[in-house]
Amino acid sequence: MIANTVEVDPSDRVDPLDRTVEELVAQRPKTLSEIDTHYCPGCMHGVAHRLVAEVIDELNIRERTIGVAPVGCSVFAYNYFECDFAVAAHGRAPAMATGLKRVMPDKVIFTYQGDGDLASIGSAEILHAAARGENITVVFVNNAVYGMTGGQMAPTTLVGMKTTSSPYGRDLKMSGAPLKMSELIAQIDGVAFVSRRSLHSPAEIRKAKKAIRRAFEMQLNGQGFSMVELLSSCPTNWDMKPVEALRWIETRMVPVFPLGDFKNSVPKNSVRGV
Amino acid sequence: MASKGRIVIDSERCKGCELCASVCPHHSIHMAETFNAKGYRPAVWVDTDEQCTGCATCAVICPDAAIKVYRQVALRAVPSGV
Amino acid sequence: MPKQLLKGNEAIAEAAIRAGVDAYFGYPITPQTELLEYMAKRMPELGRAFVQAESEVAAINMVYGAACAGKRAMTSSSSPGVSLMQEGLSYIAGSEVPVVLVDVMRGGPGLGNIAPSQADYFQMVKSAGHGDFKPIVLAPATVQEAIDLTGLAFDLAEKYRTIVTLLLDGTLGQMMEPAELPPMRPMPAEMPAWALTGAAGRKKNSILSFRMEAEDLEAHNLHLQQKLAVIADEEVRTYEYMLDDAELIVVGFGTAGRVSQTAVKQARQKGIKVGLLRPITLSPFPDRRLSQLADEARGFLVVEMNAGQMVEDVRLSVGGQAPVKFYGRMGGVVPMPDEILASIARLDQATTKAPPTYKIEGPLVPLTKAHEVTR
Repeated sequence: MIANTVEVDPSDRVDPLDRTVEELVAQRPKTLSEIDTHYCPGCMHGVAHRLVAEVIDELNIRERTIGVAPVGCSVFAYNYFECDFAVAAHGRAPAMATGLKRVMPDKVIFTYQGDGDLASIGSAEILHAAARGENITVVFVNNAVYGMTGGQMAPTTLVGMKTTSSPYGRDLKMSGAPLKMSELIAQIDGVAFVSRRSLHSPAEIRKAKKAIRRAFEMQLNGQGFSMVELLSSCPTNWDMKPVEALRWIETRMVPVFPLGDFKNSVPKNSVRGV
Repeated sequence: MASKGRIVIDSERCKGCELCASVCPHHSIHMAETFNAKGYRPAVWVDTDEQCTGCATCAVICPDAAIKVYRQVALRAVPSGV
Repeated sequence: MPKQLLKGNEAIAEAAIRAGVDAYFGYPITPQTELLEYMAKRMPELGRAFVQAESEVAAINMVYGAACAGKRAMTSSSSPGVSLMQEGLSYIAGSEVPVVLVDVMRGGPGLGNIAPSQADYFQMVKSAGHGDFKPIVLAPATVQEAIDLTGLAFDLAEKYRTIVTLLLDGTLGQMMEPAELPPMRPMPAEMPAWALTGAAGRKKNSILSFRMEAEDLEAHNLHLQQKLAVIADEEVRTYEYMLDDAELIVVGFGTAGRVSQTAVKQARQKGIKVGLLRPITLSPFPDRRLSQLADEARGFLVVEMNAGQMVEDVRLSVGGQAPVKFYGRMGGVVPMPDEILASIARLDQATTKAPPTYKIEGPLVPLTKAHEVTR
């Protein structure tokens, strides 16, 4: 967390003559639990978790936030966040979040989903949660494969990209082109905020955090549905080293999934109040 | 001139993914020769030429929030009683 | 509260509202849509949650979400829609959150038709989607019973943190009958400790339905089975008619049970010593009661609106002590009393040594039309 909290570390770095003091500027956010994650080395789920946890800390909403985890690599997210969590059936997190939000409108509800979960089996649920303008926040991690099950093709797999279920490279005629969920969801009136960011570099990660913060603020203001898509890596199933995987996001994924805010306005018909 | 920044890497939490080393503007981070309990070669803060400014770029990219970053800050003339 | 002329679907909806349901999530499907429509009118009036979901898959998962918050949540559907809800039901069963489901059965399989049927007995009584689990299943035969069992459903769901299914068919859902509604219950102030209400001043809560280690999941399943055993001991309910001196026993639930009661009355007038056992809880099944009755009875006739499903459970309970015959109609056909009377007569003749002293008039439905299993 890039904090401006002043925590003097009782170490010998404090030099009275030098008139300077050492300030802690980055540490684990409180909402991130102490448990080591099971994610593979270099998997950017860890960064996505940290950003969400930092935003929850900064907005001071941990004690009234409920997360909904998907089925996929982040099915264990309930272990890694220090807030109440439910684990939804594959693809159903937006429906579960709808149920939670409708009976507890004063709580902050967010879903954390992968691309197989959201763009494939859960495509109806995400579409209609957006269409209803549910006042929830969706954190959508897009790493172009099904990670947990070992690297199969997902709706976001790039054309030509080899996966365990597109061994010759995704074929346009056989299995279509990647689904651009941010652009799709941004068309829907009930939606207040949709942004696609990437986690492939420190600079992009900082922008991603701003987008996540903006999404949660939308919910706090009762402005309706907010979603942040995060391009992320899967070193294990992409068969790349972590550093190489981030380059791959930048050079291959970003051209197919352009970054930016696709919707950032108060929707005309949003009557949903907190 | 002493470094303006310092980092502390939790070597047991680190999974040796090398991302921090790849982004540090001053190459102050290398991978250890030894292994941690999980069998990863953790990142190590070397900062041989004391270039570290505490910019926290390493902490931003660390997927395991394993890096604490400290920065030397001029002692502001802090009015008493604040 | 005075008696009113109430339609089954709407009576159930109002009964749920009076039982304090916080949230209703549903989807249109005949023959239960009036329940959804009624909720669409009433729930917003009371400031309670109502969503017409995009599918039954979404609806059951919305219910799951609301239940995780410790709130009273329900959905209603009919056979094809309930098939779509099986996955959600299994997750709910595994997470042990209280949920009420209303299934107004229709003809099947497939699109079937919108006529009444009981062909989903196995689907609803034997499991809640995949995995070892049985919901509590309550089978009303009158609008009044449907009202009373709705309130009971919420109580049992919370008492055992399980799924309670109200299983009826289109007849009861669509018909109108005089019935009395209970008073409005106060809404619960406190949420249960396990609920996801935000970790304020307490450790975080997590609600999930998986355990990676086999031993952990087995321990969890043993806990669930233990709960089902307690339910089987304490929550069996039946409706019994003229069983005291009955030598023959008709067994039927819901509409089939209700029509059978008329046939039993007619058979009694002809001097046949027959009675009716109408299970109200299909799960837990009244196996001990049946086994007890089997000590005396000469024979059982099971009447259902399906190809013969509950008959298997009756045979298991009777355990070969007496013959168990079956009479069923399918496709949405509702059996008439005289058809059942004729079957009772056949059973009587088949299980008495002496020739009968009476003659049966009335139309004897040819065997080809009726589906009679002689096995």
